[in-house]
This record gives sequence, structure tokens and C-alpha cells, in this order.
Amino acid sequence: MILKAEAVTKKYFRKSADKNYFYAVNETDFTLEGGKLTEIIGRSGSGKTTFLNMLAGLLSPSSGKVLLDGEDIYSLNDKKLSALRNQKIGVVPQGQTGLDSLTVLENVKLPYILYSKNDDADEKAKELLEKVGIADLADSYPKELSGGEVRRLAIARALMNSPEVILADEPTGDLDDENTEIVLKLLRKTADDGAAVLIVTHEAEAKQYADSLYRMNTGKLIQVEGVKLA
Amino acid sequence: MLLCFLKTEAQKAKWRGKANKMSIHTLPFKNIIRKPGRTVALMIIVFLMSFTLLAGTVAVSSLQSGLSSLETRLGADIIVLPDTTKSKTDLENIMFQGVPGCFYMDRSYLDQLSEVEGVEKITAQYYLASVSAGCCSMPVQIIGFDPETDFSVTPWIRQSYGKDLGKHDIVVGCNINKVVGGKLKFYGLECNIAAKLDETGTELDNAVYCNVDTIKDLISASKEKGLNELAQKDPDKIISSVLIKVKDGYGIDDVKDYINIYVRHVEAVGTKSMISGIAESLSGAADMIKVLIAAVWIFIFVLLFVVFSAMINERKKEFAVYRVIGISRAMLAKTLLMEAAILSLIGALAGCIFAALFMTAFGTVIEQQLGLPFLMPDIGTISLYGLIAAAAAAVIGSVSAFYAAFKLSRVDTGLILREGN
Repeated sequence: MILKAEAVTKKYFRKSADKNYFYAVNETDFTLEGGKLTEIIGRSGSGKTTFLNMLAGLLSPSSGKVLLDGEDIYSLNDKKLSALRNQKIGVVPQGQTGLDSLTVLENVKLPYILYSKNDDADEKAKELLEKVGIADLADSYPKELSGGEVRRLAIARALMNSPEVILADEPTGDLDDENTEIVLKLLRKTADDGAAVLIVTHEAEAKQYADSLYRMNTGKLIQVEGVKLA
Repeated sequence: MLLCFLKTEAQKAKWRGKANKMSIHTLPFKNIIRKPGRTVALMIIVFLMSFTLLAGTVAVSSLQSGLSSLETRLGADIIVLPDTTKSKTDLENIMFQGVPGCFYMDRSYLDQLSEVEGVEKITAQYYLASVSAGCCSMPVQIIGFDPETDFSVTPWIRQSYGKDLGKHDIVVGCNINKVVGGKLKFYGLECNIAAKLDETGTELDNAVYCNVDTIKDLISASKEKGLNELAQKDPDKIISSVLIKVKDGYGIDDVKDYINIYVRHVEAVGTKSMISGIAESLSGAADMIKVLIAAVWIFIFVLLFVVFSAMINERKKEFAVYRVIGISRAMLAKTLLMEAAILSLIGALAGCIFAALFMTAFGTVIEQQLGLPFLMPDIGTISLYGLIAAAAAAVIGSVSAFYAAFKLSRVDTGLILREGN
């Protein structure tokens, strides 16, 4: 499995500035391969999240292509792109993304039941909750969880359909050292099992787990050489 | 709560399993149940919408039916009265205010009027007001009619009583609080209640009806007790009013004008013009209610748009998460529409049920306050109005939510996620 970005650009218009647009991501090429964990670091506002959202099929690029195994995902209609994201791309969005009206277990099962007529995912969901260390909170609601626990819920949810690509936006933000290690080890293990994993973060805490490291700077992606990687 | 009714643990576990079963179709229910504050607030808005529509529609319909019922019950095209201001006022009081009264004229006018060209049917009526004294059970309007010529009261009585009324038999309006087979005493004379009439929604529901023989006995009894100074003459020689049905091909106004010009000491009044005043009041009241319904609907319609837009805006992040995990725009819109439709339907049905109960319970009070004929539609018609009102409110609620969701679904999920951080 290969997820490629070819000269992707995201241009935003703004009326108030002298120049009436700016580039959040500027003609960036990138390749994410199965079995590898890649980390993109960069300051806040450097365009990392925009880039990740474009890779996830959540934000259409102003120009350029995002190819999954050679297929331009933005050439698909919304129905097909949504189904593809559900089956092949697991996204861990930034921030608190628990769905309040569902229990932790239901949150994790949700990606599975969207396109399945059967509700037979309890075992797998529980297994994932076990892996991220919140199995005892299965029947709780996200509002009853700490920030770190909600983040782990989002990771378990992203892994539910065993996707070929995992795109994680600040997956360890707000987590303590112990939880950070749990999450990063889990993502590393996911990569080792064959998935292509991308972590986007403003800190380089994941670099010891990464196979390659990139830095995003004012919308441009540069590979960082000379760092000690996994 | 349902679990209390299940006996075995196996049954409880099975029920729990079903209740917890999750699919894309159960998402709207989970959102509704697990956000009770939001659910109740939205339901109340739709509730108000359907309540206003149904209660208002029933009120307008009741006023219109009341007027139509009054027209039907009068049955005549022209009413001829003694030519005094008091007699006309008394008749209007009897018909529209429920104030018992009486007036009399010589019976010979009946023969004179029957000779007028264009008269198809003609009959006399006799009015007597009972008093609140020991000799009378209650103060009511007593209306006597001649069964041989009557075309006004008899068709109405026939709806609830198939036989001819005997001497001292009476038929009571539906608002008279007595049962069939009971007795009412007027001026010391006991009368048998033979039947109770169907509701007309007018003051005629508060009257008592009897044949000409009975009313003459009652007028004599009132004279004997010195309580009817107006009926000084022999009861056989007096009548209160003459009801006329005009032949096809003759103008009601022409016949009425002829009587007013050529028959002295009487006044002919067209029933349509007599109720035109009340029709104007009714039209005014109905228009006011219609304007009120429209105003409330416009207000609630705007309110619903604002509330749903605010709610969907507040849930932007939640919808973005749904999109992140692979829900399509169409699926998301369907889920939201279903959620809004369920909320709106429950709110709308509750509003309609409450409006129907309210109108049934307070119909009489409204009638008294308005001082207009007020005949509530039957339960089938109210149900039909209710279904239309519920459907309208549910559709408006759903459309408001759908429009807001549609607008949001056009925005890139990535932008929403970016906004939220």
C-alpha cells in the first residue's frame, strides 16, 4: 500500500491582508509506505494538519493529487471517498473527538457499524480498548474521561477497521509520559503489522519510533536527515 | 424500567442486547435519548407550533360551524315579529346572548302573512321565559312550536326523538343539565323530558322546546301566577313570531319588503341580515385567530431555523468526527434528518393531543368569552386537522434541521477540524 501526495497545494484566501491569499501547503510531494511509521514535525501553523487532512481525503487540495495505490482519491465522489476512508484510512483528529452521546465502546465500534449490517464488533472493540488501556471505561461516556483517555479512545476508533493507513494528528498531545509511550508503541506495532502510519506533531517525541522524519515549514515539507530513527 | 417486567436474567440480558444493538439507524435515537435537554427544548418549540395550529384551526372551524348551525337551526328565510324595538332586541337576546325573554302579537297575523305571495312554508312560534322562583326548576327559554306546520324545530328534534311530543312533553337543548325521562317544572306545571337535542353550539342549546298545546298551558300557568304581564290575552289568540320559508323563484328581500310595507304592526326580518352582525363579529374573531396562527408560525419557523442552525453549529465538531470515520454527506444528512423528524414528530403529536384536549375542556369557556356561536367539530374532523397540523409542524421542524445540516455538509471537514483547534 502506498499513499502519495503529488505537488499538493492548499491555498486560502484572506481579504484583510495585502496579498489576498496564502499557502498553507505549497507544492508538496510525499510518500507513505506500508509497514513504516513516518513523523512530520513543525511549529503550530506550519501546515501539518492541513497536509494530513488532505492526505485523509477531508480537505480537497487547491492543486496536486493524493493517490492511494495509484488512484486519485479526490477523483472519487463523496460516497466512494467516505467508504474508502472508512475502510482504508484511520484518522486520529487533533483535540477531543469523543462523540458524547455514545459510550466509549460504541465510539470505538462506530466505524465498523457504518457500513456493516451486523453489530458483531464488540470483541474487537474491547480488544482495542484493552490495548490502549481504557477497557474498564467501555461503558463510560467521553465527558467522564480525561483528555488523555479520550485521545486513546480516538486511536482505538481509528484502528477499528484495521485500516492500511493511519494518520494521527498530535496523538500524544496532553498525554503524560506513560500514556505517550503506550500510544506510540501501539502505533509502532500497527506499522510493524503492515500499516502505513503518519504522525503529525509539533514535538519530536515520536522520532525514536519513526522510520523517517519530516519537518513542515511554512507549507513546505523537508526530510530531516541525521536523526536517530527506529 | 422495562427490565422490571422481565422475569429471568436471560430475558433481561436478551433485552439489554437488543437495546444496545448499534447500527447507523440507531444513531439518531441515541442522540435523542442521551441529550435530553436539547431534545426537550426542540420538542417544546415544535409542540408550540402544532398546538397553535390545531387549537387555532379548531377555534376558527368551531366559530364557522356555530354560525352555519345557527342558520340551519333557524331554518327560515324571514322571521316576523311584533313591530316594537323590544321584541327585536328580545329575539336577538334569546338567539345570541342566551337571555330568556318573550313577546307576543295577535294570532291573526299568521293568517294575513300566509296570504302573502311567495310564502312557501309558514309557522308560528311561542316564547316563554321561566323564572328563578320556586314554581320553576330553572330559568330557561321555552320555545313552543306547532308540529303541524313547523319546519324549523321538528327536523332538529327528529335527529334525537322519532315520536310526536305529547302534552306536557318537552325536549331540552344539550346544555340543559337533565337526563331523558326526568322532569322539569315551569310555573308549577311538571313536564316530562322526552329527549335531549344534538348540540348546535348556539344559545338554542340552552332552551326547552314543546308543542303548541304545552306552551299554551305554560303561558296560562304563568299568567295565573302573575309572572307574565305580557300575555294578557287568551293564549289561543297570541303568537310570538312567524317563521317564513320563501318559495323558489321569489326574492327573500322582496317578500320581506312586501310584509314590511303592507302588513302593519309587524316587522319582517331576514334571518341572514339578522345574523349578519354576528357573522361580522365572527369573521373578525376568526381573522384575528388566523393572523395569530400565522404570526406564531412565522415566529416559530424563524426560531426553528435559528435554533437548528445554532444547534448544528454547536455540533460541527461532532459531525466532522462522523465524516472522519467515513460517514458520507448523504448518510450524515439522513441521520440528522431522521433525528430532527423523530423530535419534530413527537413534539408535533404531543402539541396536537394537548390542543385537542385543551379545546375539548375549554370549548365552553371560549364560547362564553367570545359570546359567539361555537360548535366544535366532531372527533374525526379534529383528528384529521390534528394529523395535518402534526405533519406540517413535523415537516417544518425537519426542513429547518435539514437546511442547516445541508449548509454545513458543504464545508470541507478539514476546515471544521481546523476551526475547532
